[in-house]
Amino acid sequence: MLELTGGTVYFGADAALDGVDLRLFPGEVHSIMGENGAGKSTLIKAITGALPLSAGDLQLYGGRVRFGSPHDAQQHGIRAVYQEIDLVPNISVAENIALGSEPRRYGMIDWKAMRSHAHEVLTDLGLDIDPASILGRHSLAVQQLVAIARAISTDVKVLVLDEPTSSLDLDECAELFRVIRDLKRRGVAILFVSHFLDQVYEICDRVTVLRDGKLVGEYLTREFLRIDLVHAMLGRSADSLRTRSRLHVADGRKQPYLSARSVSARSGITGADVDLVEGEVLGVAGLLGSGRTELARAISGIDKLDAGIIRIQGSDENIAGPRSAISLGIVYSSEDRRAEGIISELSVQENITLALQAERGVLRRIRPSRQRELALSWVDALDIRPPDLDRPAGTLSGGNQQKVLLARLLALSPRALVLDEPTRGIDVGAKVEVQNLIGELADNGLSVMFISAELEEVLRIGNRVAIVQGGRIVDTVPSDELTVDSLTAMVASPDGVA
Amino acid sequence: MSARIAAPSREVVARRARTFLDRHAAMVPTFAALVIFVALLIGAQIHFGNFLTPRNMSALLLDNAYLLILAVGMTFVIVTGGIDLSVGSVMAFTGIWCAHLLAEGHSAVLVVPLIILGGAVIGLLIGVLVQYFDVQPFIASLAGLFLARGLAFVVSLDSIRVENEGVLWLQTTRWRLGEWYITPTGILALGVAAVGAFVMQFTRFGRTVYAVGGSEQSARLMGLEVARTKVLVYVISGVCAGLAGLVLTAYSGAGYPRNGIGTELDVIAAVVIGGTLLTGGTGYVLGSVVGVLVYGTIKTVISFMGAEQSWTRIIIGLMLLAFIVVQRVIVVRSERRR
Repeated sequence: MLELTGGTVYFGADAALDGVDLRLFPGEVHSIMGENGAGKSTLIKAITGALPLSAGDLQLYGGRVRFGSPHDAQQHGIRAVYQEIDLVPNISVAENIALGSEPRRYGMIDWKAMRSHAHEVLTDLGLDIDPASILGRHSLAVQQLVAIARAISTDVKVLVLDEPTSSLDLDECAELFRVIRDLKRRGVAILFVSHFLDQVYEICDRVTVLRDGKLVGEYLTREFLRIDLVHAMLGRSADSLRTRSRLHVADGRKQPYLSARSVSARSGITGADVDLVEGEVLGVAGLLGSGRTELARAISGIDKLDAGIIRIQGSDENIAGPRSAISLGIVYSSEDRRAEGIISELSVQENITLALQAERGVLRRIRPSRQRELALSWVDALDIRPPDLDRPAGTLSGGNQQKVLLARLLALSPRALVLDEPTRGIDVGAKVEVQNLIGELADNGLSVMFISAELEEVLRIGNRVAIVQGGRIVDTVPSDELTVDSLTAMVASPDGVA
Repeated sequence: MSARIAAPSREVVARRARTFLDRHAAMVPTFAALVIFVALLIGAQIHFGNFLTPRNMSALLLDNAYLLILAVGMTFVIVTGGIDLSVGSVMAFTGIWCAHLLAEGHSAVLVVPLIILGGAVIGLLIGVLVQYFDVQPFIASLAGLFLARGLAFVVSLDSIRVENEGVLWLQTTRWRLGEWYITPTGILALGVAAVGAFVMQFTRFGRTVYAVGGSEQSARLMGLEVARTKVLVYVISGVCAGLAGLVLTAYSGAGYPRNGIGTELDVIAAVVIGGTLLTGGTGYVLGSVVGVLVYGTIKTVISFMGAEQSWTRIIIGLMLLAFIVVQRVIVVRSERRR
């Protein structure tokens, strides 16, 4: 029904998608699998008109189509529900479903018809909420279902679901699958993207595997073993990327540098206990929205604590904000590198010396020559490429931006490093370098908290792994007692027990 | 006995209140403005004894007609999350231009559409800057402010009297009902408010305005006409400013290039007091009407007291501060719920 051949999308000079083929059949559920950064989102955006294709041919019912905007794609019956809920929170549920195709009478929006239509679609999804209520007042799971309701409320031919289950609980998932099967019977082609293998195997008929923006292959799920799928996704045996021999912390259990006890924060953390031990990497594993980022922010003083205490080397400290955290040797690197990390317009040197200068205060200016020397030594030590201090940081690749960020934090001579997804969105080579770097830092006695969505990575770098779910740390396990599969199971299971 | 009846009904009331809040939480600030308005009227009546007279109330609408028209346009802009600082100057420009053209002997039938078009063009300019050149609305409309003010001085440095009967008719005609009266300018203002409220509530364009204010990114992915909407709200604000220029010229019987300095800020204050969030996405045209009436009432109360008019500004400033704090509290609380 829908066929993409040789789909290519360029971001600047890099191909995010390189000659990928995709076929969707009516009444079939198709999945795209791949690691983060494999090009799944780009592919979805390309077929839903959110991104233009740089090259390649998109055919719908055998006729060539070209979408200039999501609106075009929707006109052709292609509807998408994105991972981040793309609804408008300030207006009613019914309107969110109808927006753009509101029922009208005498040229006026017919609110009554809109509400009753919304009510029908919602009941179809097994959702009992007031269509007139404001969307923002509902939970994320409900909002996600409303997004799906919006997609199926029109004459949909191709339905794209990008990680639709990430904010749903088991019952809600089951409900969603029931709806998917129903749509399948109605002949809708469904593209279901999820990183939960179980779900892919439960609901999908066909799977296309991507790696680094390239097509690996298209397979029928019932003929394709899970292990082969994982292998196809990773494209390498996991060992080849092994970065460091896990250094076991001396058996005598070193004193933790930072220990948090029953920390709660309004952002959604309850009763978390964390120990950051010197020379150890604590991996944090959890799904999106599990509270992993909130945990990092809480213990590094970004978000205010509601309850609990944080001890630094055994003495209670009141961390009032990032500044006081830094003075205690705790530094935090955000998952959102562009918004909360790198200042794109400033040079590499300025980015590196920024925090150090801020800590010293405006009056004690670091001499330019000293700044240069300092920045140079970090560029050298972390192998930042190109080694050009005056280049605007925004022009570096993701991996090198991350290194600049690390250099900035390390210039503060921290004792504890809290890194939220430092390897997100950077290419494989740079990823390994950053991973190695983190390992080295820990070997040199730093305490590191390492958060990543890639469980394999968490397992590989962390000495211990804390599993976060629903804002709680459900368990902390030494990583040599875990495998990717058992960790996946723990992260995904509702009560954290494999 | 009475307690037994009261208990279940309290439960029903609580449930109804909850449904109401789920549906209309955004209206709360507007209700607050309405309550303040009514309290002001009652308080002034008790204090002065002769405040709530038909004459006084009719004058309230008459004196603030231009402000009301500007507030309607401003509501559209602010709900998308933008701001239009140009309206005071555009009003001055269209007003003086109107007076000038009429003084040259052109027909009002020609002049009135022309000045409204003038306002629309300046609005279009701001909208295009905001949408296609990605200029901050604050800056783009600041440029519009200077441009329009400059144009006003180009037209004339001094005030120009209006002798055109058609335009003066807008102001001098009084349709009476007992002691109450209304002028064509008052009807015009109410008409603009009614049309504005209708467009916001019952057209796709109006709903898109809310969607853009809620989340521009989502609105785009939903396939809505975001670009067109964002440009159009500034055009609407420009048209309203053009109309306000006409009304103000009729009201004062002359065009004056220094009119409306700082008026844009009064308008923004009235809109915010009427319950429109400066962050966009929430607000009502009728709320802005209430906001303008609150503003006008405070002004009248001050002049009744015989105090300096600068007290109006001080009180409006304090109210604005209180409203913005209340709005922040509402926003923060609703974010925390998620």
